Amino acid sequence: MASNDSDPRASAAEEEHIPAAIKILVAGGFGAGKTTMVGSVSEVAPLRTEEVMTEASLGVDDLSGIEAKGTTTVALDFGRITINDDLVLYMFGTPGQQRFWFMWEELALGALGAVVLADTRRLETCFPAVDFFERRGLPFVVAVNCFEGAHSYSADEVRSALSIPEGIPVVLCDARSRASSKEVLLTLVRSVADRMAATA
Amino acid sequence: MSESNDAGLNADGMGSVVRPYILTEGRQRSDAVRLDMVSVVIAARAEVDEMALEPEQVRILELCRRAQSVAEVSAHLDIPVAVVKVLLGDLIGRGYVLARAPYTSESPVNRDVLQAVLDGIQRL
Ligand SMILES: Nc1nc2c(ncn2[C@@H]2O[C@H](COP(=O)(O)OP(=O)(O)OP(=O)(O)O)[C@@H](O)[C@H]2O)c(=O)[nH]1
Ligand SMILES: [Mg+2]
Repeated sequence: MASNDSDPRASAAEEEHIPAAIKILVAGGFGAGKTTMVGSVSEVAPLRTEEVMTEASLGVDDLSGIEAKGTTTVALDFGRITINDDLVLYMFGTPGQQRFWFMWEELALGALGAVVLADTRRLETCFPAVDFFERRGLPFVVAVNCFEGAHSYSADEVRSALSIPEGIPVVLCDARSRASSKEVLLTLVRSVADRMAATA
Repeated sequence: MSESNDAGLNADGMGSVVRPYILTEGRQRSDAVRLDMVSVVIAARAEVDEMALEPEQVRILELCRRAQSVAEVSAHLDIPVAVVKVLLGDLIGRGYVLARAPYTSESPVNRDVLQAVLDGIQRL
């Protein structure tokens, strides 16, 4: 089957109407409510996928040495929002523990932005996530997940406690509520849009 | 539940992943196609010689009648992402599967896409 198409894959993709994907990360400390937030906005129950990683986080396509020691299986929860025929949004709850942060590298690559969930019971556990996204210049919002019985903070108190610079939104939320989680996502996407407008 | 289980550390999980690795052994790596976790794939309308495929690849083709991400294929078939990428790379190489790359920092979203995302979230 001879073809002079410069990129047969692209034209075939058009024919088949393959949507393009966008990803958003939901990060935060252990038990901060990441999976809960993904689930509350996802159109499907959160899916779980396993990524086999070597400690050195080698290229994930390179399977050589995969049976070597130091290989670990990390589970990722994710959800899906179909935006339209041409666009699907995926939200990935990123593994909370410090030893899995190497996973964030691949996930953060190409992400639209991130939600950092702060846990009112242990505010400091979201420091590493804030630090990670700040350093990579990835747009993010801090969403304070308000657990009952925990000390309640105002958004401003959290901002100063975590030294979040102006320009990074800090909002209060309830990860169990779709309306509240929606608002967090909207805040993130609006802030990405503002950034785009500012640099245009 | 222990902390490590919560984070998805699969202490005895190697058993479940060994077979797919054997299965991808010697198979051409997906050098030609760089698949991301959220590359979207769909089965091409092509005649498939199922005998020439691994059973897992046949399952992938069935699943991919509907467009979905590499991560979804991995989750639905319970095959690790890295293995799914190799199996899919091979299927793409043979013309059985088509892929669309996600938005990345090299092909960033534009204003219209962002507006569509805002509208889509608002509709939830
Ligand atoms: N009261 C209250 N409980 C919550 C809220 N969000 C999550 N939870 C509960 O907190 C627990 C942990 O939530 P998860 O969503 O599993 O947290 P996670 O960040 O995914 O946890 P890991 O993936 O294990 O790090 C669950 O039992 C949730 O039901 C909230 O806003 N308020
Ligand atoms: Mg979780």
